[in-house]
Parts: sequence; C-alpha cells; structure tokens
Amino acid sequence: MKYIDGFRDPVAAAGVRAKLDALAAVLETRARAVNIMEVCGSHTMAIARYGIRDILPKSVNLISGPGCPVCVTPASYIDAAIALAERGAIVVSFGDMIAVPGSSTTLAECRARGGTVEVGYSPMRAVELAEAHPDREVVFLAIGFETTTAPVVMMLELAIRRGIKNLSLLTAFKLVPPALAALLSDPGIRIDAFLCPAHVSVIIGADAYKPFVNQWKVPCVVAGFEPLDILYGILGILKQVSHGEATVENQYSRVVTAKGNGIAQSLMAKYLEPVDAAWRGIGVIPLSGLGLRPEFGTYDAGLRHGVSMGAGDENPACACGEVLKGKQRPPACALFGAACTPDHPVGPCMVSSEGTCAAYFKYLR
Amino acid sequence: MCLAVPMKIREIRGDGTAVAELDGIPSDVNLSLVPDARVGTYVVVHAGFAIERMNEHEADAILQVFKEIADWQKHAVESAPGVVP
Amino acid sequence: MLSRALIQQEIVPRFGADALKGLPDGATLPIPAGRAMVFTTDSFVVQPLEFPGGNIGDLAVHGTVNDLAACGAKPRWLSLALILEEGLPLTTLRRVLDSVKKAADDCGMAVVTGDTKVVARGQCDGMYVNTAGIGELIDGFELGAGRVAAGDHILVSGPLGDHGMAVMAVREGIRITHGVTSDTGPVHRLVEAVRGLAAGVKFMRDPTRGGLAAVLNEVVEGRGRGILVRETELPFSVGAQATAEMLGLDLLQVASEGRLVMICSASVSGEVLNAWRALPEGAGAVRIGEVTDSKGRVILETITGGRRLVDVPRGELLPRIC
Repeated sequence: MKYIDGFRDPVAAAGVRAKLDALAAVLETRARAVNIMEVCGSHTMAIARYGIRDILPKSVNLISGPGCPVCVTPASYIDAAIALAERGAIVVSFGDMIAVPGSSTTLAECRARGGTVEVGYSPMRAVELAEAHPDREVVFLAIGFETTTAPVVMMLELAIRRGIKNLSLLTAFKLVPPALAALLSDPGIRIDAFLCPAHVSVIIGADAYKPFVNQWKVPCVVAGFEPLDILYGILGILKQVSHGEATVENQYSRVVTAKGNGIAQSLMAKYLEPVDAAWRGIGVIPLSGLGLRPEFGTYDAGLRHGVSMGAGDENPACACGEVLKGKQRPPACALFGAACTPDHPVGPCMVSSEGTCAAYFKYLR
Repeated sequence: MCLAVPMKIREIRGDGTAVAELDGIPSDVNLSLVPDARVGTYVVVHAGFAIERMNEHEADAILQVFKEIADWQKHAVESAPGVVP
Repeated sequence: MLSRALIQQEIVPRFGADALKGLPDGATLPIPAGRAMVFTTDSFVVQPLEFPGGNIGDLAVHGTVNDLAACGAKPRWLSLALILEEGLPLTTLRRVLDSVKKAADDCGMAVVTGDTKVVARGQCDGMYVNTAGIGELIDGFELGAGRVAAGDHILVSGPLGDHGMAVMAVREGIRITHGVTSDTGPVHRLVEAVRGLAAGVKFMRDPTRGGLAAVLNEVVEGRGRGILVRETELPFSVGAQATAEMLGLDLLQVASEGRLVMICSASVSGEVLNAWRALPEGAGAVRIGEVTDSKGRVILETITGGRRLVDVPRGELLPRIC
C-alpha cells in the first residue's frame, strides 16, 4: 500500500529503536522518566496495536490523553440521543457510539426495542436518509474533534444547499488545544511533551501548538499514526528534551501544514462558534467545544426538538475520568476486565474503538 | 475515529465527489474540503471526505529518511561481531 | 414454485444420478469395513448470496469439505438442504445449484440426499443452505488441541481474510466496489498431500468465523501453552489489506473459506510446506509462528518488535459472512 507500507518497515523500526535506546541512555541521568502524553485515540490504539510500550526505554513513559471523542462525551448526550430515537426521529451515528452506555441504556438497545438508529461511515448517510424519508426528522450525532467536525459541517452545508429541511445535528464537537491547556494547568498531571494528533493537526495546522511551546515550554511533535511515525516522533521528543529545547516539530508534513486546511477552518467558523463543553470524567472546560451559531438554530437538534443535556449519571466506580487525564492506567480501575469489558462496558473508554481501556483490554491484557 | 487513509484520486465526478483508490480498491470520496484535488492526486480520507492532499515530495522525503535508517541498521547489524541478527 | 416441481426441474437433472436416482428418502452408503468415519454439518446464511469469487452454493460445499479435511478425513458424501424464500429468482437458484454441483464434482464428493423447503416471502433472506458431510478418516491422523506442545510450528496454507473482505465489500452502505475476491475453495487435497507425515500433524482447522485469531485462541485457551506469531510472516493479499485498511478491520479476525491452519511438530513442518506449495491452493503457504510456554495467550510480535495480545474476536464483528 503506497504511503503506508514504507511506514511499517521492520528494519527501519529496528533502527529507530536503536537510536531511542542510545538517546535514553543519555537521559537516564535525569531524576525521573520523561512523560509523553499522546493525545489522540488513534495514537493510543496504534501504540497498543504495535506493542510500542513494550520496546520503549524505561526512561520514557507514554501517557494516554483524552483524545477519544466518544470517550469524553457525557452520558447525558447519549440519553438525549436515545430520547430522540424514542420520539420517532431517525438517529444517525458513527459506529462506535452505538454501544456506549448512557445513564441507563445504549443506542443499540434502543434500536433493539424499535428505535430507528442508523450507523453511517460517512455523515452523508444522514443526507441520504433525510431525502429518502421527508416525512421524518433525521438527527445526526455530531461528535468528534476537529478532524470529524469539518466533514460534518460540510455535510450540513451540502444539505442546506439541497434544500433539506428535516435534518439537524445533536452537537458535541470538541477542540483539542483547550483540552491540552487544561491538562497542562492541572497540578496533578506532569506532562513533559505532547505527541500531537495527526489528523486534527491537518485541520488546525501545526502552528496551533505554538502557545504550548511558548507558554509552557513543552515540546510538541506532530506525528502520523503509522508505527514508524510514532517511534520517530518519540525520538524527536527525546532529542528536544535532551537538549532542553521546546519547539513545534511537524513530522507529519506530508499532510499537515503550518496553517492547516483553510477551507475547513472557514466552513467551521461560518457555522460554529466556541462554547463551553463538558468532558466526561474531566468536567467543563471553557470554550473547548463548538456549537451551531444562533442563525443556524433550526439545524441544532437540541433547540429544534427541545432536548437538553443535563448532568447524566455515571457509575462512581468508573475511572474513565482518571484514565482520560492520564492519571491512571486502565488496569488500576477496579472494574477493568471484570465488571467492565468490551462485551459489557461500564464506561466509554472500554467501548469506543479508540478508548484507552479498550486498547489495553484488546492488546495488552 | 480519526483514522484516515491515503488514497489516489482515480476519477472526478461533477458533483463534488470522486472515486479514489488504495492499491486498486476503489471507494467513493467527497472532495468538497479539497476542491483543488485532481486525478492522480493523493488525498487523506476521513469519514468519506478528503481532508487534505498528500504532499508527495514530503512523503518521499520522510520515506527516504526511514530508508536511510534501515540501511544504517542493516550495516550496524552486519558489522557487529558475534551478533545474531 | 412448489417443492415437487422444483425438485423435478432443478435438483434431479443436476444431482439425480446414482444415490439420488428415484429420490429415495435416505441414502444407503457403502461404508468400508473397520473404517472410522467423520460426520460434520454446517449451515450457511451468507448475505449477499453471491459475491466476487463465489456464492452460497460453493461456500456450502467447501465449508463442509474443509471441516472434514481439518478432521483428517477424505470427503465422500454430502447432504444438501435448501430453504428458499418464495420469490427467489430462478436464475439465482440455478447459479447456486450449478456452483454446488461443480464444487462437489471438483472435490470428488457425491450429493446423496437432500431436502428443499419453500417459505413465505420475507423469510430467510433469499436462501439458507445446510450441508452435512461424511468422510473417511485417513490412517495416521490423531488430531486435537491436547496434542499441541511447546516448540510446535504453526503453518497457514495461504493469504488470510479474503473471503470476509470480499463479502464486506459488497454490502450495502460501504461504498467499495470491485473489491477483493473470496478465497472459497476446498483444502482436502492439502490434507491428502501430507498423509505420509500424519504422525507429526497435531491440529488442523479452517479459519472461518473469527479468522486466525479465533482458531489460535481456541488452541491455547485454558491450557498451559501459548502461541507466538510474527507479523512479518503473516500472509495477506494486497486487496484484502487495502480493504481492511479502509474499513479499519483487523485481518487476523476475518474469515477465510479456503485456507487451512496447521500445528505440527518442527521436524515435519519443512516437508509440509513443500507439499503444500506444490499445489495451487497451497502456493502461498508459510510458517507464521510457534507454540510457546506462555499460558493461554496468543501473542503477536509486531513489525516494531514489540509484542501484543491477539484477542479472541468479540461481538458481531462481521455478521452473515458465511
């Protein structure tokens, strides 16, 4: 596979490993390990799937961050989606939302009880369904970071151009940079560097990480999701740490530019505005989400259908919040592997295809 | 969820969509976020939408870096005495 | 179309010689004296009924042939039970039946008994098929997960996951056209080719539902042994890899319908691979790993050299693919 296989070459991987080991030997003189937070759920999964923790030097510690949009969506959002399906709307969702527990049940169970819940690989599925069923309301579960927000908003623009009137979005878009700032401000978490997300960076641009370098002096390396990308990204971070540097290094320059995708950014600015957002397990982070601008209120499912997202109930024994902040590894949660497994998940970290607990259960148990 | 795959544009339709392929396996792609993509352009595809072009020059450059590391590794293994590769 | 007419017009012309002549209620079979026979059955509910590389008909024959082969048996006789939805196009039925006949003939297997039922529109999604097969156990084979020991080698007869990906590629809602081709095919000749090495063969299975991951986990679960496979050795076709990449699926958990996984002693694995590679269906045969002492776990050594678990496939990964 072009532009994939070359990033999975075992000999090159062995070479980067050798360089990591050599550099780590230099760093061993430090008092403590280097804590690298990998933010994006896709990085979490790739790191687990390629056994990368297994081969890292002891002086390097990889912490998983809250970059899994399904994992940080509060239970009350799922409750609202289920309520809409129960009221007769066609609810369209990405696949991994279907099994996430809300306060009491899941969208999959709602579907089994007769609710119309459709899974779409592309948000355009919502447009197809809205056109096919003009007599019914279609609600798209619009969750995701910047990578996903851009296609969803483009779908909305295309729907509006086609004169579709029976489609709305239940929004829970989240932004990565405010979350990074919140994590850096938390005295309980020590982050020495960020391995920055690949495809969020495609949208927002590598320059978006400059504030973290300037204000917090934290190295930021943007890396792709292939195993060589990740290993080389970690090497880049260690090089900066060993020189006492902190810069933004864009190692995914084959797709990420300094400024990002301007068309996507303009489109997002046209329809969306920053709003405070609730992150499951973390709490409200100011201006860390995106909501529809008031002039597009008719496409906001919450306004249109009068559903509000209150507190929602989460199991108090569920440690997803601590896991999402990188304070705890999944096996430290009392429910991990016992009451909480992929077959019967308690928290979203276990059921999302990018959840840290799901990655641990599947690859590292 | 942020999974995105590099694919080559094979055919562009008039309506903002295109056929892209990975190793000959085709898939429909919406090009609205990357309107300057042409037939033969590599794009990164997420949730059925191209989100950016792949810069082949940059891709080849980083692949060359990895190739050099692989060569360095092979040489290191071959010239290390008594080391089982 | 009534069952009776259906049988006269479609079943008898294709299968009505020999044992089915005159359509007796049961087939009388000449079992060789003192031979152990192996008996297996499988039902097929694949959607769609036809896919690149095959259809529910040849799938149903190969599935049962391969179960017999994996038990170390030479396939002999097949039963064919069809449940048809009223309104199923006759052309579809004919293509499926033609495939059944061709596949059975290719495998040297006779369809000796069967049944046809027609159910109301809206039931059984076009067609369900059940096949049951009887085979003759080949001398020397003593197979079972209990025989597997640390140091044994793990072999696969060719690229994995093509069938599952071929079916997925046709499913509605996934905009991938002209995808990979199903690998549906018989593996009994691969078993026949190693009958002289039977003493060293410990375990065989065709990796259908749940793929290689399901088979290997079944071998180690609850036992004092584990398995290590190397990612650099795993065989996958270009098309299956690309399709799996696009769908975000793990090919280790995807079904093949024409492949064999074998666990054998290290002393015979070289000869097994030579014998397999001499056959077209074994051209891609490779050794992928070995049995270890790590209790009850299947571990993958990835391309980075780092290791991770190969988990039992969970949930409805790929529904209705066989």
